[in-house]
Amino acid sequence: MQVPDTPHTGLSRRGLLRGLAAAAGAGAAAALSGCSTEVLSGLTASRETAGSVEFWNLFGGGDGVRMQQMLETYQRANPQVELSAVTLAWGNPYYTKLSLATIGDKPPDVAVSHLTRMKNLVEADLLQELDPALLARHGLGADRFTPRTWEAGLVDGRVFSIPLDTHPFVMFYNTDVCEKAGLLDDSGALAPLDSPEAFIDAMRRAKEVTGAYGGVVAFISETATPWRIFQSFYSQLGGQVIADQGREVVIDDAKATEVLTFLRGLTADGLFPAAADYQGSIAMFAEGQAGFYFQGEWEISTFQTAKTPFSMTLLPHLFREGPYAVQADSHTFVLPRHPDDSPERVDRALGFVASMLDQSRTWAEGGHVPSWQPFLESAGYREMKPQSNYASAAEAAAYDAEGWYSGSGSNFEIVMGSAVGGVMNGQVAPAAAVRQVRSTLSGLARTPSPI
Amino acid sequence: MSIETVTPRARPAEVPGSPAPARPSHGRPAIGFLLPFAVLYLAFIIGPAVYGLVMSFFDASLVRSGLGSFAGFGNYAEALQDPDFWSSLWHTVWFTILTTPPLIVLAFVLALLADRVNRGRWFFRLAFFAPFILPSAVVALIWIFMYTPELGLIEAALAKIGITSPAWLGDPNWAMPSLALTTVWWTLGFNFILYLAGLQEIPRELYEASAIDGASPWQQIRRITIPMLGRTTTLVAVLQVIASLKVFDQMYLMTSGGPNFATRSILQYVYDQGFTNFRLGYAAAISMLFFLVVLAVSAVWFSLVRRQEKEV
Repeated sequence: MQVPDTPHTGLSRRGLLRGLAAAAGAGAAAALSGCSTEVLSGLTASRETAGSVEFWNLFGGGDGVRMQQMLETYQRANPQVELSAVTLAWGNPYYTKLSLATIGDKPPDVAVSHLTRMKNLVEADLLQELDPALLARHGLGADRFTPRTWEAGLVDGRVFSIPLDTHPFVMFYNTDVCEKAGLLDDSGALAPLDSPEAFIDAMRRAKEVTGAYGGVVAFISETATPWRIFQSFYSQLGGQVIADQGREVVIDDAKATEVLTFLRGLTADGLFPAAADYQGSIAMFAEGQAGFYFQGEWEISTFQTAKTPFSMTLLPHLFREGPYAVQADSHTFVLPRHPDDSPERVDRALGFVASMLDQSRTWAEGGHVPSWQPFLESAGYREMKPQSNYASAAEAAAYDAEGWYSGSGSNFEIVMGSAVGGVMNGQVAPAAAVRQVRSTLSGLARTPSPI
Repeated sequence: MSIETVTPRARPAEVPGSPAPARPSHGRPAIGFLLPFAVLYLAFIIGPAVYGLVMSFFDASLVRSGLGSFAGFGNYAEALQDPDFWSSLWHTVWFTILTTPPLIVLAFVLALLADRVNRGRWFFRLAFFAPFILPSAVVALIWIFMYTPELGLIEAALAKIGITSPAWLGDPNWAMPSLALTTVWWTLGFNFILYLAGLQEIPRELYEASAIDGASPWQQIRRITIPMLGRTTTLVAVLQVIASLKVFDQMYLMTSGGPNFATRSILQYVYDQGFTNFRLGYAAAISMLFFLVVLAVSAVWFSLVRRQEKEV
């Protein structure tokens, strides 16, 4: 290619670069003069405002949008507070970052933690204990929360967290499909399916209507969901997997095999797809290829957006050996240990938490069962449909057992969910799956806690 | 106009008459030039590696500061008896076996074809190289869509011609080949470019002379192209084996090591132990063992290829 030595027309490369540099310089100068104080305070790590609240959370999707609304409401009410909210991907990376930031003396003022992960944070001495009198002064006394959620969050009777909600595993159903299948009662609600036979019959009738599947649950490339459905039914049988802070594996062969055989039956008979990943399971329910969908209630927003004709209710009480139980976890607010332990900062943090709880209505729209009694007991919540259909799940929550390797998104859930997924896919026999989890968990149980 | 890929000559001609005693005076400026890199290399590669080695002898925890109690070779002994360590090591090796041959052979064949094309050569070069510039997360999303059970592109396409497809990412026997296929599509472009550059290094006269002597195209490929690309193949093979052994992204993103841990690579096991189970000391010990494996594989590979090269 020939390049003329001196271009006569158009833009020369050098000229262009010069122009760009000038433009960038001007832009930077404008930005600097516009917010020079912020840049300066950022550089010197000094804050000129009345105080700041740094808040870390793990809410994406619909939850993230609602949390943003709640943060904006707080900011409008407290314009003098400098609020900075950071949203991080949930699961292990979140807890790793939270732990490391706290160890490194740069923790947020307030953070969201799953109730089942909070105890390990306490164990690692990363959270500030909350004085009941101080909480009461901010209107956050124990009596204002769902008892089951509040008590589940106590560590040796001490308070380290403030529960925001409970998020149980629930049953979604397509109202059109269920109506055609004759599964709705006169008021348009789903008739109870509280035995394995009734459940299977309902799935079969829904399958006839959809022409594809009765129900769908995700278990491919996904470990949390198969664990949740297993834990729900296994807890209804009164079963436990680990005990004594995770030092003992107490999985009950007969009960676990019964639940696994039941779950495998659903996919083996073609009532559920024998392979469904998370997004695929959503798509199948949204498109009416499956009449029932099993997942945490947070997917409510997805189907509202997709305009699926659906409703939600409690996961059925299939195994009636024990009282009703369903897998659940709770989002809680925690105050990580902070180098600045001034009462003003703690007050600000608790004021922020109180503001979030006051907005439980916004939060409940996303499906979560609020743990804030003043709202939970109000007519406003009772009229909120389908959210209030499954409110009682909060009192029957089967939380993941305690242990250093347990909790939401933990290794324990991965081990359990992988085995359950293997069974549902037909790759592993139920008895072999129980042997497999016993052997893996025993290894973890023998390992001294690294926390 | 044609676009030519220019590669530097493998051996630059010796500068004639450069005086030997001048060498020592190069020393000081050379150190000056090396220093910035050496400092970064020490701080971010050697330093952490040494720290990792030290950590592997302690029960270090992610959520406790300091190294924790001394464990001696306890972590190593535990790892060697840990069936999950061996199975995840095997998954990494299996992935390497599945990906390396196609990534070398296909890259060679495609480079050969792209080099022979007369029209629209830029298009073929771009088409084969383009996937390589995608970030792993994007590649994972695209292929998860295609592999989705029931609704995915591949399943639908196969169903049209009457083939029932397995659960690509859900079946323990198929998950690894599926990941390998994704990886081949994604990273082929890099080897392809190396081969393309190598092809242009081969003097045209050789082909002309052999054509006059009556060599068929197939003979030309076997007797001229492949031997002349020996050095490139060595480079591609070594880089490819090491890249395949380092696999993490695709598995973490597409299967999270599942189904039922069938695709958990050794690096993901290190991640699981270190960041999920907080056992940094144990994770460091596994890393060190894996380092030894990579070192051994590289050494064996190098010596094999060196010998082969001398014979040629």
